[in-house]
Amino acid sequence: MSMMMMPGMLAGAVPFAARGDFWGALWEKFGVFAIGLVAFIAVVGLVLFLADRAPKRGRDFLQLLAFVAPAMILLAVGLIYPAVRTTYLAFTNRTGEFIGIDNFVWMFTQPDIVTTLGNTLLWVALVPTISTVVGLAYAVFIDKSRGEKVLKSLVFMPMAISFVGAGIIWRFVYEYRATGFEQIGLLNQVLVWLGLEPQQFLINSPWNNLFLIIVMVWIQTGFAMVLLSAAIKGVPIERLEAARLDGANAWQQFTNVTIPEIRGSLVVVVTTITIATLKVFDIVRTMTGGNFDTSVIANEMYTQAFNRGEFGQGSALALVLFIMVLPIVIYNVRVMRKQKEIR
Amino acid sequence: MSGVAATAGVAKPNPEGNGPKLKRVKQRLTSRGATAAAILIAVVWTIPTFGLFVNSFRPADDIRTSGWWNIFVNPQFSLENYGDVLFSGGASSANLGSYFINSIVVAIPSALFPIVLASMAAYAFAWIKFPGSNAVFVLVFALQIVPLQMALIPLLQIFSQVLGISGTFPAVWIAHTIFGLPLCIFLLHNFISEIPADVIEAARVDGANHTQMFFRIILPLSVPALASIGIFQFLWVWNDLLVALVFSGGTVDVAPLTQRLAELVGNFGRNTQLLPAGAFLALIVPLIVFFSLQRYFVRGLLAGSTKG
Repeated sequence: MSMMMMPGMLAGAVPFAARGDFWGALWEKFGVFAIGLVAFIAVVGLVLFLADRAPKRGRDFLQLLAFVAPAMILLAVGLIYPAVRTTYLAFTNRTGEFIGIDNFVWMFTQPDIVTTLGNTLLWVALVPTISTVVGLAYAVFIDKSRGEKVLKSLVFMPMAISFVGAGIIWRFVYEYRATGFEQIGLLNQVLVWLGLEPQQFLINSPWNNLFLIIVMVWIQTGFAMVLLSAAIKGVPIERLEAARLDGANAWQQFTNVTIPEIRGSLVVVVTTITIATLKVFDIVRTMTGGNFDTSVIANEMYTQAFNRGEFGQGSALALVLFIMVLPIVIYNVRVMRKQKEIR
Repeated sequence: MSGVAATAGVAKPNPEGNGPKLKRVKQRLTSRGATAAAILIAVVWTIPTFGLFVNSFRPADDIRTSGWWNIFVNPQFSLENYGDVLFSGGASSANLGSYFINSIVVAIPSALFPIVLASMAAYAFAWIKFPGSNAVFVLVFALQIVPLQMALIPLLQIFSQVLGISGTFPAVWIAHTIFGLPLCIFLLHNFISEIPADVIEAARVDGANHTQMFFRIILPLSVPALASIGIFQFLWVWNDLLVALVFSGGTVDVAPLTQRLAELVGNFGRNTQLLPAGAFLALIVPLIVFFSLQRYFVRGLLAGSTKG
């Protein structure tokens, strides 16, 4: 692709930004931006133009190639080859020698990494369940109430912002000052108001894991709520009516009619959140950096590979992550497909 | 007349004497416990963001020494933090103005490139018959399940050793394009394959070839899908930290806001007063998109929730 040729032009001179020249850097960056866009459009345009003017013989094939090849080449070079290579690297050490399953032995014997795996399981056990239960309860509570839209936006909003942003927001909620000093974190201030000792929420293990998990729950609940709210609205009123006439109270209507009706959506919500949770990286990275026994697989993979240069161990962790995600994704896709067929 | 009587008769068991629907609404509105719980959840969910927002407008010393709720006792506002994080130069300053620009320069092409390439591929999979078409499409579909982590190390090696572009904008664009493609192709294929065959046939009879078909029929009809998926991909890139950390080189030349903020949080004690305004700068773009394009946003988000 043409975008790959540009860095050659960029290299060489000391970048403006590094010299602290904001406006010079701005010009330079938008130059790169414009060149990148123009180059991309030119290449794609040229490919399609040539396909348009292709000789009659083999025109169909050339046109097909023009449409499919760019994406396929990128995927082959940037995703398929790397995934295969990562699988191989998982069985090598930092100098690239083949060492069999040593990396996996390391993973399950090194106390730090065992903690990391355990933390990941804790995340997977708690985030999907709590998010789904709270999201479902909220969806039911606000169903058909006044201001439903606003109430929905408030809980869904965290879904729009970055995990880094969420990390900063909650860093302030959890911030700790020693007893006797004025607290600047809301949670510790509440403890003080209640006459309790302020706590180092992000440092005291193993509880600090729970406080990181709360951040993920805060984000994912909105997702669960929006999907389940749509599902609840699809429950036929006649069925609820019938149950009511049979003498079912609100709770019985909910468990006997609503829950079975929205089962498919529930499965999609739980599996989707599970996948996101398995891959969680940014929250741990921003809030504790994986210190104080809070690391999870995705964070440890980054630390091993890119901070310590242990590509073999990093790859092994990536592979374990992949193997954990795989069955859930497959199940999720099957349920989604079934739902589509029903509709 | 008898009809009305009959209806009234059915409605009789209902103590208020209203129709069943009205009764249902009433029942919900009167369940005070549920309403109270909902409001409690809404408040708890909103307070952390609200607190950060308030904090970002307080004087730097206040942020360091007291909680944001003190604003109600001692209202003092200042825009200084925003000026500080955006414009003050020097090596130790937050310099977020430059990083904000980087985020824009990273995110727009990273959203545009995959959408364009994916719409072309999706058209081919949907409407050009070729042997193995289905098998290749299933392969692309299957690629969605490969976590980013599986590709990072070798891709970085390709960028740094083969192409020599590690730590430049094009490296980040290409990485995001590659990681975005499987989902974009899949979603756009769903949409483009639903275009009625009559429309495609009519154009073909008129002598349109694939290129003309793509520009005159497929693209114009796919605008809603392109918008939803484009917005999702844009926000995904804007909010991303992992790809940025690995491929941007981490310098003020290329790295986006998320990376700089993650760096600043790393030294929370020193940067306490910068973080609220800094974080809000990063949040403002997704929030604008969220509140102004909520319909597209929700659609794109739900469709793409398994990405990454």
